[in-house]
Amino acid sequence: MGIRFILMVNKQGQTRLAQYYEWLTLEERRALEGEIVRKCLARNEQQCSFVEHRNYKIVYRRYASLFFLVGVDNDENELAILEFIHLLVETMDRHFGNVCELDIMFHLEKAHFMLEEMVMNGSIVETSKANILSPIQLMEKAS
Amino acid sequence: MEQLRTFGRELAMGSQGGFYQSKEFLDLVKSIGEARSKAEEDRIVVNEIDTLKRRIAEPDIPKRKMKEYIIRLVYIEMLGHDASFGYIHAVKMTHDDSLLVKRTGYLAVTLFLNEEHDLIILIVNTIQKDLKSDNYLVVCAALNAVCKLINEETIPAVLPQVVELLAHPKEAVRKKAIMALHCFYQKSPSSVSHLISNFRKRLCDNDPGVMGATLCPLFDLITRDVNSYKDLVISFVSILKQVTERRLSKAYDYHQMPAPFIQIKLLKILALLGSGDKQASENMYTVVGDVFRKCDFSSNIGNAVLYECICCVSSIYPNPKLLDSAADIISRFLKSDSHNLKYMGIDALGRLIKISPEIAEQHQLAVIDCLEDPDDTLKRKTFELLYKMTKSTNVEVIVDRMIDYMISINDNHYKTEIASRCVELAEQFAPSNQWFIQAMNKVFEHTGDLVNIKVAHNLMRLIAEGFGEDDDNADSKLRSSAVESYLRILGEPKLPSGFLQVICWVLGEYGTADGMFCASDITGKLCDVAEAYSSDDTVKAYAVTALMKIYAFEIAAGREVDMLTECQSLMEELLASHSTDLQQRAYELQGVIGLDAHAVEFIMPSDASCEDIEVDKDLSFLDGYIQEAIEKGAQPYIPESERPGVLNMGNFRNQDHHESSHGLRFEAYELPKPAVQPRIPRALLPSTEIVPVPEPVYPRETYQTPVTPIPSNPSDAGSAELKLRLDGVQKKWGRPTYTPETSTSNSTSQKTVNGAAQVDGPSTVNSTRETYASRKLQVEISHEKQKLAASLFGGSSKPEKRPATGHKVSKASSHMLEKSHVPNSSMEVASEKTAPAQTPPDLLDLGEPTSTSTAPSLDPFKQLEVLLDATQDASAANSATSASRSPDVMALYADTPVGIHNKDEADLLSGMSNMSGATARPQPTKGSSKGPNPKDSLEKDSLVRQMGVKPSSQNPNLFKDLLG
Repeated sequence: MGIRFILMVNKQGQTRLAQYYEWLTLEERRALEGEIVRKCLARNEQQCSFVEHRNYKIVYRRYASLFFLVGVDNDENELAILEFIHLLVETMDRHFGNVCELDIMFHLEKAHFMLEEMVMNGSIVETSKANILSPIQLMEKAS
Repeated sequence: MEQLRTFGRELAMGSQGGFYQSKEFLDLVKSIGEARSKAEEDRIVVNEIDTLKRRIAEPDIPKRKMKEYIIRLVYIEMLGHDASFGYIHAVKMTHDDSLLVKRTGYLAVTLFLNEEHDLIILIVNTIQKDLKSDNYLVVCAALNAVCKLINEETIPAVLPQVVELLAHPKEAVRKKAIMALHCFYQKSPSSVSHLISNFRKRLCDNDPGVMGATLCPLFDLITRDVNSYKDLVISFVSILKQVTERRLSKAYDYHQMPAPFIQIKLLKILALLGSGDKQASENMYTVVGDVFRKCDFSSNIGNAVLYECICCVSSIYPNPKLLDSAADIISRFLKSDSHNLKYMGIDALGRLIKISPEIAEQHQLAVIDCLEDPDDTLKRKTFELLYKMTKSTNVEVIVDRMIDYMISINDNHYKTEIASRCVELAEQFAPSNQWFIQAMNKVFEHTGDLVNIKVAHNLMRLIAEGFGEDDDNADSKLRSSAVESYLRILGEPKLPSGFLQVICWVLGEYGTADGMFCASDITGKLCDVAEAYSSDDTVKAYAVTALMKIYAFEIAAGREVDMLTECQSLMEELLASHSTDLQQRAYELQGVIGLDAHAVEFIMPSDASCEDIEVDKDLSFLDGYIQEAIEKGAQPYIPESERPGVLNMGNFRNQDHHESSHGLRFEAYELPKPAVQPRIPRALLPSTEIVPVPEPVYPRETYQTPVTPIPSNPSDAGSAELKLRLDGVQKKWGRPTYTPETSTSNSTSQKTVNGAAQVDGPSTVNSTRETYASRKLQVEISHEKQKLAASLFGGSSKPEKRPATGHKVSKASSHMLEKSHVPNSSMEVASEKTAPAQTPPDLLDLGEPTSTSTAPSLDPFKQLEVLLDATQDASAANSATSASRSPDVMALYADTPVGIHNKDEADLLSGMSNMSGATARPQPTKGSSKGPNPKDSLEKDSLVRQMGVKPSSQNPNLFKDLLG
């Protein structure tokens, strides 16, 4: 399975994007997000970018005011996930140009479209920025 | 300033073509963004829900507006509120003609619904239509939805179209189609079992994106069944080689690394395929070495790939050169300032340590630094490492540390985990009884009922049986120390139930055994327990029985018994208890006290907990009585099955409870069978309820069969739509994890490496001293740390394991004796030399250097290996040259000639390597690899299964007795 969920949360702990690759009910998501965010926000810069939580391992990375959190299985390569987050940010950067929290908020569906290209069934399937962005660009042109 | 920037962006976004946004939407997002508290955010969302409920139901909403509403619904759910009132509109939006609107609809639906939702049935039709679309982006959108929404029942509705799309001219479609197939495989392996070959085919796709995606399903397939994919080793190696040679499109580069995510996936797959397979591993050495060499240490992604290399190297059949590179990388990780790299280093160390245990010693101070780091993540990882390297020499330090940590945290999930690890280590390696008891006491006191009750039962058994040596003196000392410590602990408030049960049992059995404490002391304490934990019936029951034992022993010893007043009042209370169990115990106690010494001794023999009780299943003790009755003219007993008239009834009932008793039957009744005599042995009949029924084990086994290779029977799969598919049922029990036989590789590997490493006791000690000295120059190391290091890593004495204490077998083996011989272990070494293959392969048995004995046999082996490496390099060079000649890169591994060419050589090599392996040392047989004692674990397993599955046939039997 690999990736179980991807979250973007700002430093106040407000969710900005959530994508789950296994089904959780609304209540479960709410509880999980609360617990994880509390755990991750409490950590400092020097500490590991990985946190264990229940059966998940959370890999997180902070960009300005926004935290990117990825929940993975235990046998996932944490460093690779850390870089996957960066790849996601680079991709969004290429599309939005110097991406910020508001870009994701105003274009939530686009951020989701990018994730849909990059991750399927909890596995990373595409890492070429051009391939990730081309459907979005085509849709923009078409409409 | 911030506001200005926001404003500028708004303007810029207003102009973004189809992604039009209304002022209303912008305001909403802005107010959510500016919310300063959760309460404020909730207020905004609740308002929004009100507005949307009104607006979304209005007629003739323009498309763009609707799309915006749907995104607002997504916001509502994302912020933790229910938006189910709008789901149907999202479903409707998937019908739209506009691609963007359609895709947004699909997105919303995948976010809102799970595959069991009722609305899914409305979408399947749309998906089917969209899969046939001319616009490939529409097809892609539909395929995204397929992965998220199609459940087991609806797979057949889209499967043919998805399979067709595997050959679509657009690579994006092929990629998504293969992932859809992957998803079907995850949900119901049998639904696609006839399509597995497609995954192999797509591996040769000439688009690297499709190939990269195909690695995901292949990884899953290989995890479940390694052996069917060994032929792909060459292909994977060849792909990895091309990736490292930068033959993939530049678009896949990430931070100057060529396609690192594909490299990582490939290394994971190779690790699976090479595990315990020398021949397959040899094909990988060169390319893994290349990856090591080409990785960039300075970037994160480079380190990620390096880490994956280490994982691969420690999984496949060991190669000294690669192990050296891995060790280098690990020390680089551990020396780094980055906590992330340290974490990876500790993890990698834990993997490599199984193969070359000696590398831990050079990193001991780094490990201790990580252990003492305030960062919890790092600390836990380090505990995991310590757990892997525990042996009898360092178990005290490690378990004590673990317990201290366990006490300090309050995360129950992790507390339970670390507690069971402590118990496991203590049971395996405990150096002394006192220590063991103390460690267990601490674990029980602090984790309470988080630990499995079986652990408590094990502890009781251990105290009763001792550590397995035939030394009664030691056993009784163990018991006395247990009793003593328990009496002390009882003074503490709030003890967990499981622990109290142990305490009561031990006090009852052995409280007065050594004469240190008199009966009134113990009974007083027991009464206190029953009083203090009066709401816990189990504890009370244990306490009463313990009281009975104490009094019985007193009476049997001829001493006067006078019951304490508190005990008497307890009895009075329990005689009137609502719990029949407690009542009965109380009455029994009362009865026992009234008996004379002789009778009591017979009922309650002292220290009888270890006696085996034989159950006379045939009730043969009644034979005399029966004989007598028959002689007096009684009718002899006729088993039910042999009685005329009753016969058919009996058969009916038998059939009845073979069918599952719940639910209606829909199929036609089968033809009546001629009555068959159930051949139940006469002797068994009266005792059916007592004899454990082995039946319940079978259903479990049928669950597990789908895990092993799915029979690719085309006819079977073709008719899958008609049949009831039960494999999905199995999935609900959790994905069966198939652990590949890593342990075999480890066991085989371990020996070679140990031989190569050649460490014997004194020299290691020296070397560690040297490292101390050299380190001292750089850093001032506290004395305490050094001591800790010495106790953790120092002394490479043999780790030996005691068989798990839960088993009675241990009586004969004299492990404690063995331990005392550790310093001069020459005797053991000699005995091992004679039968090296027989030593049980053992994961945790790390430091077992077979010392001097292996030296002569090792050299030819090493030489051979060097030889092999040389030939392999040559072959690699060959394939490299042939590769560079061919213009089409990706077609290379698709084309057969290269593959065959490689394969031939591989076969040749493997032949040689097999020979070398044979000469060096006999290969231990596969299978007998898991744990210290596979038979024991098997027994345990079957026991658990029997306990876990309730024999369903018992109830019908009950009725049978009532009716028959």
